[in-house]
Amino acid sequence: MSQRDPDPSGGVRLHVVTGKGGTGKTTAAAALALSLAAGGGRVLLVEVEGRQGIAELFGRPPLPYEERKVAEARGGGEVFALAVDAEAALLEYLELFYGMRRAGQALTRFGAVDFATTIAPGVRDVLLTGKAVEAVRRRRGGRRPLGQAGDEPYVYRAVVMDAPPTGRIAQFLNVNAEVAGLARIGPVRTQADKVMETIRSARTAVHFVTLLEEMPAQETADGVAEIRGAGMNPGRLIVNMVRDPLFPPDVLAAAERGEVDVESLVQGVKAARLDRPSETADGLAREMAAHARRVRAEAAVRGRLDRVGLPAVDLPYLGEGIDTAALYRLADRLAEQGAAG
Amino acid sequence: MSAERLDVDALLADPGVRTIVCCGSGGVGKTTTAAALGVRAAEMGRGAVVITVDPARRLAQSLGLTELDNTPRPVPLPEAAEAGGSLHAMMLDMKRTFDEIVEAHADPERAREILANPFYRSMSSSFSGTQEYMAMEKLGQLRESGEWDLIVVDTPPSRSALDFLDAPKRLGRFLDGRLIRILGAPARTGAFRLLGAGVGAVTGIISKVVGAQALKDVQSFISSFDAVFGGFQERAERTYRLLQAPGTAFLVVAVPEPDALREADYFMERLAADRMPLAGVVLNRTHRPEADGPPAEEALAASRELEAGGEHPLAAAALLLHARAARLRDREAELRGRLTAAHPRIPVAEVPARAEDVYDIGALREVGEALGEAGPDGVPG
Repeated sequence: MSQRDPDPSGGVRLHVVTGKGGTGKTTAAAALALSLAAGGGRVLLVEVEGRQGIAELFGRPPLPYEERKVAEARGGGEVFALAVDAEAALLEYLELFYGMRRAGQALTRFGAVDFATTIAPGVRDVLLTGKAVEAVRRRRGGRRPLGQAGDEPYVYRAVVMDAPPTGRIAQFLNVNAEVAGLARIGPVRTQADKVMETIRSARTAVHFVTLLEEMPAQETADGVAEIRGAGMNPGRLIVNMVRDPLFPPDVLAAAERGEVDVESLVQGVKAARLDRPSETADGLAREMAAHARRVRAEAAVRGRLDRVGLPAVDLPYLGEGIDTAALYRLADRLAEQGAAG
Repeated sequence: MSAERLDVDALLADPGVRTIVCCGSGGVGKTTTAAALGVRAAEMGRGAVVITVDPARRLAQSLGLTELDNTPRPVPLPEAAEAGGSLHAMMLDMKRTFDEIVEAHADPERAREILANPFYRSMSSSFSGTQEYMAMEKLGQLRESGEWDLIVVDTPPSRSALDFLDAPKRLGRFLDGRLIRILGAPARTGAFRLLGAGVGAVTGIISKVVGAQALKDVQSFISSFDAVFGGFQERAERTYRLLQAPGTAFLVVAVPEPDALREADYFMERLAADRMPLAGVVLNRTHRPEADGPPAEEALAASRELEAGGEHPLAAAALLLHARAARLRDREAELRGRLTAAHPRIPVAEVPARAEDVYDIGALREVGEALGEAGPDGVPG
């Protein structure tokens, strides 16, 4: 991060990326990880929903419960990825804190892990967020006691979490409240408190991916309010699939009223030697009118998003089917707009 | 003409169809589809009720719903009244549905014990699968009440949208499972002796992880819940069979995007494996160029030529807009082609994308009209 200091994002090291289904949350999270790693950093991209969306995005086989390099960032950086699995995280946790690897395996046999992770979703979320927080805090120098490793650099410059959707994000991150009814005392509670400390701190930011559509924007506004209400820090709005304007505003305004210069279209269609110039021009005019309505609806949504009061970055629409090359382009756009601070 | 057109109006008009279950991955317009089907069915003269789970706020408002409320509320719809139909809508309150089952199956004192148990409270409001289970329970209740001519169900936005098929079994498996029996068994009973020393270690670890008090809550929950458990299982089984019975029609909702169609494909396989009656696929937000116009490549080439010439900027931009629309349409046609090749006998209804979002009855009616009219071959029916 040396070339970018002082850090404009206030030292955020855990980037939680949420968004309504269909907004491109995983794509945005991957692009953010690439942009954060640019220039020589190592960034961990964490998936918590078991969808293997990251593996698919990078064209790789399903990720195991293991941190694996999935991409090189520009300027020598590296993106690692991890699909966190609650069961594996629980076994790891038991081993780490109690040295109970074998007992943990016994738990699996009895279905206790299933019990703790599936039946008590609070425990599950503590384990998932706990793993991300652990990666944020991890320093080089292996498993030395924390005090002695304190001066070592962090293993990861940043951790990006492809998090659950907007409708569930506040509940998911607010692990303290989730386990409150379940474990009033005990190690899970202690762990939850520790996780919460990082999540509420300035080191964590929750970014919202949205489209210029009504429902994703509404969910974003609701989600931001919930995150604020839970004492966490909303980061940025990532407005995905934005298209550059094709027509000047006055042409769009007229098209919306059904006033398109059809004669000019006919001339153009003729100049391009296309068939049936007048029918084609009429069709184009109808498409322009529909397009103008959509642009206006998008502008209204943009206004609502502005009122959410978070800095926004735009990602361009790159056609269907995002490939790795497209991810780098998106990462560049994030970097240009200062989202990779 | 690769696939049959899904005749939505015939489905809605068929008095033998009593339940329509809309399933699909998140963000494909499931709730909107369910609500639009309800509006259209009511205006065709049926007494319809729509059960929604966690709808977007403005869509809920369009149906006159303001809060979680387990009672179907009437949606004012004069056109339906004229046709002799009606529309009701409700938002599922899963905790309350759960509470009601407990109250129905346990004596008052035991019900009070269960409802007050912290473990029950956590499970009834957040057990992954409770929402699905309760949606099915509510469907069973409404169906048994006999008050409704047609019930349209919007399934919960789970990670796997077919969790509602598995949830009853999973809850049952959990409550009937080995571990929970052991935890619930008083010490020194047969269960403990039979399983030997390992059990003590296991309960020890669980209590280390979740805390001793939580374990105690679980144990007391299990001993009170045991009495009502049989009733639970039975209800779950009954609802599951109800889904397979004639009178139920599943609609898989999707959008023409690879992820959503992959999910749709999986749902269709799964429904077939479970012998659930699939009526067809609703393909939302499809795009269709306004006019025939030139094909994508030709339009793009023409646009570039005009752009370079500089004399016809308006036509250049309009042709680029058309080229994008035509390309999108081509891609959608290809994706849809793959789906219909894999499931040739499943009919499809297309609903074109709208310039504006849906959040009032008028817009729902328009979506319903599109559902009733549009076939996959693009020819209005």
